[in-house]
Order: sequence, then structure tokens, then C-alpha cells
Amino acid sequence: MTATAPQALATLPLADDALILSHRLGEWAGHAPVLEEEMALANIALDLLGQARALYAGLAEVLGGEDEIAFLREERAFRNCQLVEQPNGDFAHTMVRQLFFSAYQQPLYARLSPVLPLAAKAASETAYHRDHAEQWTLRLGDGTEESHARTQRAADALWRYTGELFQPVEGLDVAWQELAEEWHADIRDVFGRAGLTVPEGPSEGAWSAGAGRQGLHTEPFGRLLAEMQHLHRSHPGATW
Amino acid sequence: MVTGSAPAGRHPREASLTQLAGSVPDPELPVITLAELGVLRRVAEPEPGHVRVELTPTYTGCPAIEAMAADIERVLREEGGAERVEVRTVLSPPWSSDDISEEGRRKLAEHGVAPPRAGARRAGPVLVGLSPTRHTHPAQAPAPEPVRCPNCGSAATELLSRFSSTACKALRRCTDCREPFDHFKEV
Repeated sequence: MTATAPQALATLPLADDALILSHRLGEWAGHAPVLEEEMALANIALDLLGQARALYAGLAEVLGGEDEIAFLREERAFRNCQLVEQPNGDFAHTMVRQLFFSAYQQPLYARLSPVLPLAAKAASETAYHRDHAEQWTLRLGDGTEESHARTQRAADALWRYTGELFQPVEGLDVAWQELAEEWHADIRDVFGRAGLTVPEGPSEGAWSAGAGRQGLHTEPFGRLLAEMQHLHRSHPGATW
Repeated sequence: MVTGSAPAGRHPREASLTQLAGSVPDPELPVITLAELGVLRRVAEPEPGHVRVELTPTYTGCPAIEAMAADIERVLREEGGAERVEVRTVLSPPWSSDDISEEGRRKLAEHGVAPPRAGARRAGPVLVGLSPTRHTHPAQAPAPEPVRCPNCGSAATELLSRFSSTACKALRRCTDCREPFDHFKEV
């Protein structure tokens, strides 16, 4: 457990992760395979948006209001990891992304709960997200040949973005190495039960991606921002 | 949590403001009040006419919190004689479904929403299994007790979807009377 409160701006990466993943999940609205999943993904997106707003509120003195932070920053100012900005792909792709991310976000919030007011609440919300992703990973991985193949393909494609999750975030007093080990054990366990193979490719280093925390993003992120920020930028000050 | 009776030694004016703010119905489940839901943390009047209210959301992203704040402000102005109302959202300690009062649980059930089972704060969130359309056996942590059908009282209910019309509810179905119903999730 950490004893030091997060420094100013240290929570920005957490907030940007939540906002960007919320936006990606929102893209499923009207497209999910069944109505229940439509609601599930929208609910998860709402939890994440709430977390982002709560964290942005704490950064208002440094960065301005939440609309300014979300809609008026340029691509290089966002500190989200590259995993959350990856396009939804098919449902299996989205679920593997959900598993990889929530299995990271949940224990991270749990570790921050003594020092970050939002974290205890968010830890229980993200535990539910993680469980949802696990259940789908098991069903899809251990489902039909087609669902298995798609889920494995998603895992192989997204693996390169997972190493970045454990790069220390400046100002957050967290045992990153321990968090990484816990995450890997968790993923190995779920994949084992789902009949999936944990990818062997590098998850960090020269051959992998992952510099979102430094403001370097992948190509799809620009298009995501264009869509997310368009309304606010075209109609400054617009309100409901 | 805040109820109709003021804690001993509390300023009577603040107690009556607390009662007033607590009597506001939940915007999404108007059968229960904010006091019964357990989201009203504190009401204070640091100077005459200036009221400070602390609210905590059920879920971080709950959009109802803004409607709650507006309703509280209105009732305190119109009926509480407040000139200035400040509603602040507090996140810590987090709200738990254990904060819903007995009366709140009874009203939820009467309204057709299965109330959350008690003990969530001790046990952590109750995780439940999932299948695309239905599920009979919780696959994860053992549930403390079955979720009962609010219509017929049967314990034979199954999960349809872990997420329902609002973030705080899951959708279930009774296998005896066949009625689907919302279940207020334990958190």
C-alpha cells in the first residue's frame, strides 16, 4: 500500500485512460450483438466517464474545466495508454481489450484507494467490469472454433500494448513490478481456463508499441479525437 | 445514515434542513427518498440562509446526481428558507448498497425492484456469472443469500443481464412466476 498522495497531474493518465476507453465503448451503442451487451457496454462506459470527470475535477486548477480538458487538448497532450485507444474491432477484440485493461485498472485503483478519494469507489466498479470481461473471455475462448480463433487473434494483436501499462507513472507511488506480476498471473489464469494461449511476443521494448503516457499515440487516436472533440470545437460553449 | 430523527445534540435548524433535503425523491427511483438511499452525507448551515449539502453518488458516473443536486437546492430554497445552497459531491468513503435503509429496501421491493442483499461492504461486490441470455448458477463468489423475486417472493431467480436500465441495477427473471425484474446490485 502506498502512503504518498498523488502529485499534481499524476492522475491525468488515469483520467485519460477512463475517458478514451469510455468513448471507445460508447461507439458500440447501436451495434452490440445483443441488447443486454448494449446496456452492459454503455454502463461500463458511464462508470469510466464518471471516473474521468471526478479525476479531471481534481485537476481543474492546473488544466481548466472538464470540457476544456476533454475537448480542447491536442493529441500530444493526452496521457492515456495506447491500449485504450485501439479501435473496437469485433466483439472478441473489445472483450480482450476490456480484460487486459480492467485487470490492470482494478488493482491499480485498489492500491491507490488510501490516497485517492475516487479510487475505493472505482475499484469496486472496475471489479465488476473485470468480471464481465472474464466471463466473456471464457465463453468466447472456450466457445466455437470461430469465437476461439477471433479471441486468440485479438489477444495476439493487443498484446504489444500491454507492456506500457506497467511503465511507472510519475507521481503515483505504486509497486509497478508487483502490479505487473499480479496482472500476468491473472491473465494466465483466465486464458488457461478459456483455452487461450498467452501471447509470447514482446509486450514492451523496441519491438512493441506503447508511449501513450508520453503523449505519443497510434494512428486511430487522431480519428477518435476528431469525432469526440468535433462538436465542442465547432460550437464553442454549446450546452444542452 | 440520515433519517427523520435528528441525532442527539444536533442543531434543530440543521436537523430540519437535513430532513427536508433527505425527503427529496430519487430522480430515477422516485419511490425512495435520498435519505433512504443513503446518499445524503451532511447538511450544514454555516451562516443563516447559507446551506451546505454533501451528496455521494451510488456510482461514479451516475447521471442522477445532477438532478438530485438541483432538487435539493429547490426544496431548500422553497421550503427551507435557504438563500444560498451549495451541493458538493463527495466520493470517500464510497457509497455502499448497505447504506440503503430498511424502509428503503421495503419500498424498493414493493416497487418491483429486488433490494440489494445486506453485507456488501464486508463481502465486497458480489460477482455473478454470465451467459448470453440467462444464468441459473452464480459462477463466482458465493452469494450470501438468493435474490428473491419481488413479485412472488420465490428464491428461484436467474440472471438475464448483469447490467440493466441504470448502473446500479442488474436484470433478473423469476423462474416460478416468469416475471423479469430489476435487482439493485450489491456494492
